[in-house]
Amino acid sequence: MHSRVLLWSALGLALLLVMPWLLLQALPQNQAQFWTANILGRGIVFGIIAMSLTFLATYGGFISLAQMMVAGVAGYTLAIFVDGAVPRIAGGLGYGLAIPLAILAATVMGLIVGAIAVRTRDIYLLMITLALAMGIFRFIETNIAWFNGYEGIRNVVGPDVFGFDFRNAYVFYYIALGTAGALYFGVLYLVRTPFGLVLQGIRDNPRRVAALGYAVGPHRIAAFGVAGFIAGCGGVLATIYNIGISPGSIGLGATVNVLIMSVIGGLGHPIGAFVGSLVFTFFDTFSASIYDRERFNTLIGVVFLVIVLLSPDGLLGAGARLRKMLGGRDAP
Amino acid sequence: MDLAATIALNGLTLAALYFIVASGFSLIFGLMRVVNMAHGSLYLVAAYVGYAVFEPLYDRDLWYAWYAGLAAGIVCAAISGALMQRLLLGWMQGQELRQALVTIGVSIIVADQLLAFYGGNPRQFFAPDAIFGATQLPGLGGYPTFRLVQIGIAVAVGVGLWLLLNRTRLGMMIRAGVDDRDMLGACGVNVPLVGVAVFALGAALAGLGGVIGATAQPLAQGVDGRFLLVSLVVVIVGGMGSVPGTAVGAILIGLAEQIGQAIFPTYSVVLSFVIMVAVLATRPQGILGRA
Repeated sequence: MHSRVLLWSALGLALLLVMPWLLLQALPQNQAQFWTANILGRGIVFGIIAMSLTFLATYGGFISLAQMMVAGVAGYTLAIFVDGAVPRIAGGLGYGLAIPLAILAATVMGLIVGAIAVRTRDIYLLMITLALAMGIFRFIETNIAWFNGYEGIRNVVGPDVFGFDFRNAYVFYYIALGTAGALYFGVLYLVRTPFGLVLQGIRDNPRRVAALGYAVGPHRIAAFGVAGFIAGCGGVLATIYNIGISPGSIGLGATVNVLIMSVIGGLGHPIGAFVGSLVFTFFDTFSASIYDRERFNTLIGVVFLVIVLLSPDGLLGAGARLRKMLGGRDAP
Repeated sequence: MDLAATIALNGLTLAALYFIVASGFSLIFGLMRVVNMAHGSLYLVAAYVGYAVFEPLYDRDLWYAWYAGLAAGIVCAAISGALMQRLLLGWMQGQELRQALVTIGVSIIVADQLLAFYGGNPRQFFAPDAIFGATQLPGLGGYPTFRLVQIGIAVAVGVGLWLLLNRTRLGMMIRAGVDDRDMLGACGVNVPLVGVAVFALGAALAGLGGVIGATAQPLAQGVDGRFLLVSLVVVIVGGMGSVPGTAVGAILIGLAEQIGQAIFPTYSVVLSFVIMVAVLATRPQGILGRA
């Protein structure tokens, strides 16, 4: 089962690697560039943030609505400390230092969320993480001195990577894809380590794991830290993609969007996050031609509702059932 | 001294509104174990529908315009809530996370359709003459009458809920359902029907809050998210599923917001979340919640 998932993941990664080239063959250059950066690239970046939620859901059994906020902490840390951001808040750091600092901040924020929510589960955890995320969001929205309030911080253009400009669509795309691939396979590796196994044990039966002598609480908090790290990577990329960050990008709407991506893809495996985010981005971009540009939320809401009602394990689960129905062998 | 009294009174009137809305949320959660993420949407639906009824009557200067709007809002919210439970949530009883996700989906669609239908312009009800204007309070001077009425309604809701839960047959079934759903069903009670009734009641309270809230402060898009969060924080602080707990939570959060606004205006919104984290750290089940 595991090798099959790896095989499919590798195939998907290979396809995404050659996608820009395929698009260039099929479409005029500006359209191919748009598809590469603004649909695939954006989808992958938000897929990373969604994967931090899916990681917690799949292996920990928690649905945390704080992940977009955690990603935003990374984005804001980057924007506050990096040189060239407008307005200048702290500044003084190059991207080489500001980006690790941002990811560290998100990891710490993830640990804090985990520590606050550690004694709760299921819907309580859902409510508490949502309330926490909105508390931080309100704070950022009203604080001028550090976060520039409602306007946010602009002009986070991204570094030059080995002489390539980050703003080049293809450079951005491959950095996003590389990060996503590394994190994805990192997660698959992590869950096979002793830490990952204990985590899954806690998900299935916390009391039994505690009886075996493992400390349940710290493992849970550490899982939130890992998820914070993943979300932080996504937050940095999303902030550079948007050339800045504002409170709107971590508000209730954005928080729910990340949940929608994860659920549409399926919470049963980390790959679901990327399936969901690409589907979401596709709808986001083309809702004008499908239904009505202004009514994107209705469209995605209906898709989300249909998925939750008909296939609670998302497109992944639907795919597995479809294969079973068609007489295929055991689904992964 | 006057200022302190005014702030306290403002806090209590805000708490009254929070209690009305959050008690519906808490009631639904208490019996059904459903986190109704569409609770804010019910508030918004009731306010908009109520306004659509209110406006033409108000233009013709009819005295009952506001009352008609109130009734329409409450009925509309109650029907929406009952339908939601009947059509979407009833058949997945026990799958709490899935139910929460369904209500999130509903809230996204409802908010967007309301925006499409009513546009982004803010609206506000005008209270009827009888409860409009100012009342002279001893030692305080004039205070908006409607805000005092708001406190009165909240007290009435609290007392009504207590009577309903403790003194009626339906209340007995609800309390029994909180403790053991299956046994209640085995005793011959139509539990799904009780569920629909509870949902309608909880939604009606959101609707009542919607019209009252839209009279006290302007009604606009995004208010649904605000009141959903208020409900969440209030019941987390007060204790999930407990009506007295909801009252305690609402008073605490309402006062905190007003006092915070007076002392450090910029960060007052954050104070309620600080309270929530502090309560969670010391008493995860909420102040009056059962462990």
